Amino acid sequence: MSALNYQGINETVAAVTGEREQIADGLLGIAKLDRRQFIKLTGLVGGGLMLSFTLPRAAAAGGPLKPNGYVRIDADGITLLAKNPEVGQGVKTSLPMIVAEELDAAWDDVTVVQSPIDAATYGMQFAGGSMSIPMNWTPLRQAGATARAMLVGAAAKQLGVPAEELSTRDSHVIHEASGRKLKYTALAADAAEMPVPDAASLTLKSTGDFRLLGKRITGVDNEALVRGEALFGIDVSVPGMKYAVYQKCPAIGGKAKSANLAEIKAMPGVHDAFILDGNDNAMDLLPGVAIIAESTWAAIRAKRALAVEWDETEASKDSWSAAVAEAESLRGEAGERVVDEGDVDAAFESAAERVSGYYTYHFVSHAQLEPQNTTASFADGALEIWSPTQTPDWGMDAVARATGIDKSKITLHQMRCGGGFGRRLYNDFMCEAAAITQRAGVPVKLQWTREDDMAYDLYRAGGFHQLEGSVDAEGKVTGWRDHFITFANDGRPVSGGALGQGVFPNGLVPNVRFEQTALDWKNRCAAWRAPGANVFGFVVQSFLHELAAAAGRDHLEVLLEVFGEPRWLVPDNPGTLNTERAANVVKLAAEKAGWGRDMPDGRALGLAFYFSHMGHIAEVADVSVDTDKKIKVHKVTVAADVGPIVNLSGAENQMQGSVVDGLSTMMGLSVTFENGRVQQSNFDKYPLLRMGATPKVDVHFVDSDFSPTGLGEPALPPLAPAVCNAIYSATGRRIRTLPISEEGYTV
Amino acid sequence: MASLRVNVNGEVREVDASDPATPLLWVLRDELGLVGTKFGCGISQCGACTVLLDGNPVKSCSFPVSGVGDSTVTTIEGLAGSAGELNPVQQAWVDLDVAQCGYCQSGQIMAAEALLRSNPDPDDAAIDAAMAGNLCRCGTYVRIREGVKTAAASMKEGRT
Repeated sequence: MSALNYQGINETVAAVTGEREQIADGLLGIAKLDRRQFIKLTGLVGGGLMLSFTLPRAAAAGGPLKPNGYVRIDADGITLLAKNPEVGQGVKTSLPMIVAEELDAAWDDVTVVQSPIDAATYGMQFAGGSMSIPMNWTPLRQAGATARAMLVGAAAKQLGVPAEELSTRDSHVIHEASGRKLKYTALAADAAEMPVPDAASLTLKSTGDFRLLGKRITGVDNEALVRGEALFGIDVSVPGMKYAVYQKCPAIGGKAKSANLAEIKAMPGVHDAFILDGNDNAMDLLPGVAIIAESTWAAIRAKRALAVEWDETEASKDSWSAAVAEAESLRGEAGERVVDEGDVDAAFESAAERVSGYYTYHFVSHAQLEPQNTTASFADGALEIWSPTQTPDWGMDAVARATGIDKSKITLHQMRCGGGFGRRLYNDFMCEAAAITQRAGVPVKLQWTREDDMAYDLYRAGGFHQLEGSVDAEGKVTGWRDHFITFANDGRPVSGGALGQGVFPNGLVPNVRFEQTALDWKNRCAAWRAPGANVFGFVVQSFLHELAAAAGRDHLEVLLEVFGEPRWLVPDNPGTLNTERAANVVKLAAEKAGWGRDMPDGRALGLAFYFSHMGHIAEVADVSVDTDKKIKVHKVTVAADVGPIVNLSGAENQMQGSVVDGLSTMMGLSVTFENGRVQQSNFDKYPLLRMGATPKVDVHFVDSDFSPTGLGEPALPPLAPAVCNAIYSATGRRIRTLPISEEGYTV
Repeated sequence: MASLRVNVNGEVREVDASDPATPLLWVLRDELGLVGTKFGCGISQCGACTVLLDGNPVKSCSFPVSGVGDSTVTTIEGLAGSAGELNPVQQAWVDLDVAQCGYCQSGQIMAAEALLRSNPDPDDAAIDAAMAGNLCRCGTYVRIREGVKTAAASMKEGRT
């Protein structure tokens, strides 16, 4: 392998969406799209071709009713197909609920199955950017309404009445006038012979008529989960399967020169061992040593005995301590100007108060609980894969690049993912399994250990922000400058490594300048839940509080003043921040949390707002701090405007989980590097939050008529600044570093 | 091939004992096909592999199969009743929609089951202590805590 190359998912996504810029922030950048592109992606208004929707197929005569890829009804029942990967964000339940609503199927009558991976039928199938709901909302409603119209048509024929006299409810077509009811399952065969209506001709329900959406529905896999049934990638077993592990160089970019393969092959239970060279693409197949064994344990045992001589000529020498020192030397300098609105220098000169702060945060790992794995079987030139991936189609592209097997010869089975958080947008593990079965000629289940997972993650990058701000004599925020020192992989800005037009407070504060300097970095960095926003939220919402404090003003009042008049930040662009929606959630969170009430000594409320993934979210944290810097987060009040709620149970679960994930990450999580090697190897050194530190979470959704948007990510960014602002208000100590354990805080 | 007999979910099973240090986790998953018990960390930190040994919670990733001896092993697959009915903990998890990704939940349920067998009416502190060995990366702790309480209440109801 020559110099590291990071081509892969970013380019593929860009090609599909036609929007290269979107990918600079991972899959976040919907806010940057112009209106035309936004409509194309989300289908917010009629008329455009939805990327995720394909024209209905002709129904098979006499067969089950299957007018599209999402609905199958026969005499035995109603089956709805869930198109996107389930990673814990709840889409295997929420997407079929949208179909069921317009179909007027009783949810208890519905069986949900994971759909095949089939771009021709389903368009883009992926779990990322909180995009499942916004991209599929209209197409799935149309899919349900299409099937409903055909059932009504068949009933009209059977009953000999006009279709206009018929209504539908609970999986039945009803003729009120005569009191007759026909079951969908009984109508399916006749309905299958009805013409498939043009989706655009169908009238969809108004939100007030929803019977299912907005209710609390338990996840469709929950019963199988609590019984311990096989669901996840790691649970797959296929005939003749062996168990594989793969050892890569501890410093990414290193290549295996030799290994004690004879010794390894002689170990009990070991079937084979060999070196793979990789495909020169760090996102696909890194060089390494494969071991194939009769059981996972035999493979892990052999991996522990493996001795590899690595060629580290091209390997990473990344050092976090060196990056910290370099950023320290650069922070006083100017960076490349990426946003420059108004006249920041003039604002600073005429300021009543000027404030500066140096904010830093560490790299973090995804640490999804199911370690990477994939089962793959290569036989007769064809490759079959079972994988817990967030991007199945792009995974097949990566496998084709890594193995030379044509994509048309690859079949992929989507498995449930034991967490994703963005890690499984990248399919290096899938490429490894494919390359190993291709070479070994036996089906294999590749299993990463936790140590592999932490050493070969695609990390959320750390960063450094030198901030200056000003307020005028009336205490208004007038100027804001941020010099962001970030990282670049092979000259490409890492995910979350670019301040852009959509970053707070651009468009809200009159004079704003964002500058950037990127440090070279070899370890792979990529999207981590709410890319960009998850760290920018901490920096900018903490610093705004610093300015409010410098002006001697109430944080809530300053935040509402910064939003100003009701407007979309980019006129008429529903992908951008709407100041009225923002103000509404901030006021709601403040009201529900009792903002402004007297608090005991050492305890305070902290406020933060962030807009990301088209979601407007405000959080108020109620925090106490003792003299040993031990904190207790008593309660977090969340207010969100994400349009109508699809599944209230799932939506609240995402809010609660985002609060806990945000707290977990800000409290104690960091990944550091020295000599290219990751210094943390398992959960003993990467202390995810445990139950005892969990706050109460009080969730409120604004009842709004905007098109619904996703909830996998946007509630995470406001948590850290809300907690840090509370700590400041309780103690007078400003926290400018994440995780806060770096400053001696414990939970 | 050296073999061992282990009692899993009420059935005596013969398993490979050629490496007595093999963690019970991999015997359950690879050899017995009981994949409900999950691999998360391999060093007893995350609890995804929690099973019951004579009713007590054990991290099966770090527990050698040779250590089972005459004890009985209960896995997530062994919780439901003989007619397949969910036990109170499982039912609470479904009713409250506790899971997000669901990967940790077998271990959470087993830890909760062990707690409720020894303490049928735990307060928050007892729940936090008993569940401290089980990580949830999705952050479903709010609902796990509620799930334990709901299960405790329904078990109490069942007894009276």
